[in-house]
Amino acid sequence: MTFVKIDQKKWAEGVSALKKGYQVFGPVKEGKDHEFRKLSGDQMPEMDYGNTRLSPKAAIYPQSEVMFTYTTDERKDDHHILKEPERDETPKAVIGIRPCDAFSFLLVKKNFDTPEYKDPFWLRAYDATTFVGYGCDDPCSSCFCTSAGSGPFDEKGLDVLLVDHEDGYLAKVLTEKGKALTEKAGWTQAFDAGQAEKVFGEKAATAEGKFESQISTDRLADIPSMDLYDAPFWEDIAFSCINCGTCTYLCPTCWCFDIQDECRGCDGVRMRNWDSCMSSLFTLHGSGHNPRGDKVSRVRQRFMHKLKYYVDKYGDGIQCVGCGRCVRKCPVNIDIRKVCEMMNQYDPEAQNECACPTT
Amino acid sequence: MSAPARQLDARKGDIVENPYLPYPVRIDDIITETEDKNLKTFRFVFINPEDEEKFAYMPGQFAELSVTGKGEIPIGIASSPTEKGFIKFTVNKVGLVSSYLHSMKAGDVMGVRGPLGNSYPWETLKGKNVVIIGGGFAFTTLRSSIIYMLENRDQFGQIHVIYGARTPGMLLYDQELKAWEARDDMNMHITVDGTDDPNWKYNVGFVPTITEQKAPPADEDTYAIICGPPIMIKFTQPVLDNLGYGHERIIMSLENRMKCGIGMCGRCNIGKDFVCKDGPVFTLAQLNTMPKEY
Repeated sequence: MTFVKIDQKKWAEGVSALKKGYQVFGPVKEGKDHEFRKLSGDQMPEMDYGNTRLSPKAAIYPQSEVMFTYTTDERKDDHHILKEPERDETPKAVIGIRPCDAFSFLLVKKNFDTPEYKDPFWLRAYDATTFVGYGCDDPCSSCFCTSAGSGPFDEKGLDVLLVDHEDGYLAKVLTEKGKALTEKAGWTQAFDAGQAEKVFGEKAATAEGKFESQISTDRLADIPSMDLYDAPFWEDIAFSCINCGTCTYLCPTCWCFDIQDECRGCDGVRMRNWDSCMSSLFTLHGSGHNPRGDKVSRVRQRFMHKLKYYVDKYGDGIQCVGCGRCVRKCPVNIDIRKVCEMMNQYDPEAQNECACPTT
Repeated sequence: MSAPARQLDARKGDIVENPYLPYPVRIDDIITETEDKNLKTFRFVFINPEDEEKFAYMPGQFAELSVTGKGEIPIGIASSPTEKGFIKFTVNKVGLVSSYLHSMKAGDVMGVRGPLGNSYPWETLKGKNVVIIGGGFAFTTLRSSIIYMLENRDQFGQIHVIYGARTPGMLLYDQELKAWEARDDMNMHITVDGTDDPNWKYNVGFVPTITEQKAPPADEDTYAIICGPPIMIKFTQPVLDNLGYGHERIIMSLENRMKCGIGMCGRCNIGKDFVCKDGPVFTLAQLNTMPKEY
């Protein structure tokens, strides 16, 4: 583990240098919010932010991406044969990502990297990316990463972790990928490890002390899935939901997608696009039957997936990193922290006693 | 032009195959199966002969049929792995892709991606009696199973098949049904809901009723495989319960809307399981512990 000091001048020079070997993504202010964008020309990451409005998942997993191209022109020898398009294989660097968001990629990876199948599009992009995190000194009131398996200075999923220090940053170099990136950037001014650990430790302790909310997840694995599925609270939770799908689009751990063909003349593409379990079309059968045809079943699906199915399937915690985006942006104030609490506290036996009219 | 993606990225070690890339196939033959012309059986041959070996499947599995410019549809494999040189799918005309497919001709090029999903539990079924109960067009993977069992006849005990459709003209695989009816190493029970054909020499009656009359008594060594419309399943299940079939010996194949077919796109789940990858075949005992989201 090495530490390097980066002053303001070195920071600007380093980001410029990185653009010569990497596609550099960073937070950029757009309107009221910040978003992760590929930085062009002399664009610098704008680091004075809490977190971006959308998660940075699009850096690895674009909202729309071409999987294959083909021609439907039957005069051509290769008509109707799918081919992978040439891609920009330049490595990527995501600079200034918050630790919760970096951790989210590890959760999503469980879906795309399975023993039976590997999703080549996601995995290639992920493997080609170096994650330079940025510790959170001031978590939002809606953040709850410390009780969702992460934390404001969590290092999981990161190659480098930056913290504010004097007029620049201190960087903790965590992996070989991180080392390669800091060297490419010319961020090589070593900093005393003992002193650095102290700075990191103090910052983490201070930030962790500022958290206003947390969730409990300790009982989720033990409550039978069908009991939670049949719990009486889903109607109430879903009552105000307008199925807008905002929660799914800005969530760093929502990975569902659709596959669609599009043609212009004889030139066609097979695309994949983010999709949302909040949409009725998501599960609609050709026959017209829909297994999740009402919004209650769709809202239940979203929370059950994140807080129960994922927990049962992988035995490694919830499919949520506590970034708080869905809490902040839901137009009707549905709050995953409250839903999680209801699920985690649920006692099916107490329910049965109350529900029985003869006792 | 880039290299075919299956070979791409071998250098990265772990990602050799692209599971989204279909095998190119040519339509070899198309048979209109039913009098309403809504069901056609497509026989495909692989354009690259070596792909046939890679497409090693067992009855009960499905594949994504890929039509450029339209998309993909998940369809059960109707041929049996014992039939070589082609694969077969019977497709109901329902949506965008299936309607377009119905307009395609022999000789046309398209794609098949798979095989996908689990299969019927052939290891468990070895040495057992098998009762196949099918209705309507949900008979495709059952055809695959019957052909497979007859080709490996000594591996199974008694074989019963109960298959019904609304009318004689709506039965799939007409000629094969009649050939099976004539065999003495299986019990074939063809039925229709109704017919005014005076020469109809098979059963008349709904599948649950015929099941009640013809299905063998339940025992530890007898398994039922059911595929059919929801209404048939709803009324057949109590019949099997009455006959004493344990739910772990009732095997069903489910359908849900699918895209990826490999457990990643997120839509076909029933609880934590995906119909595309953990299914489509489940025992009724398993389904009893899962949400009814299918």
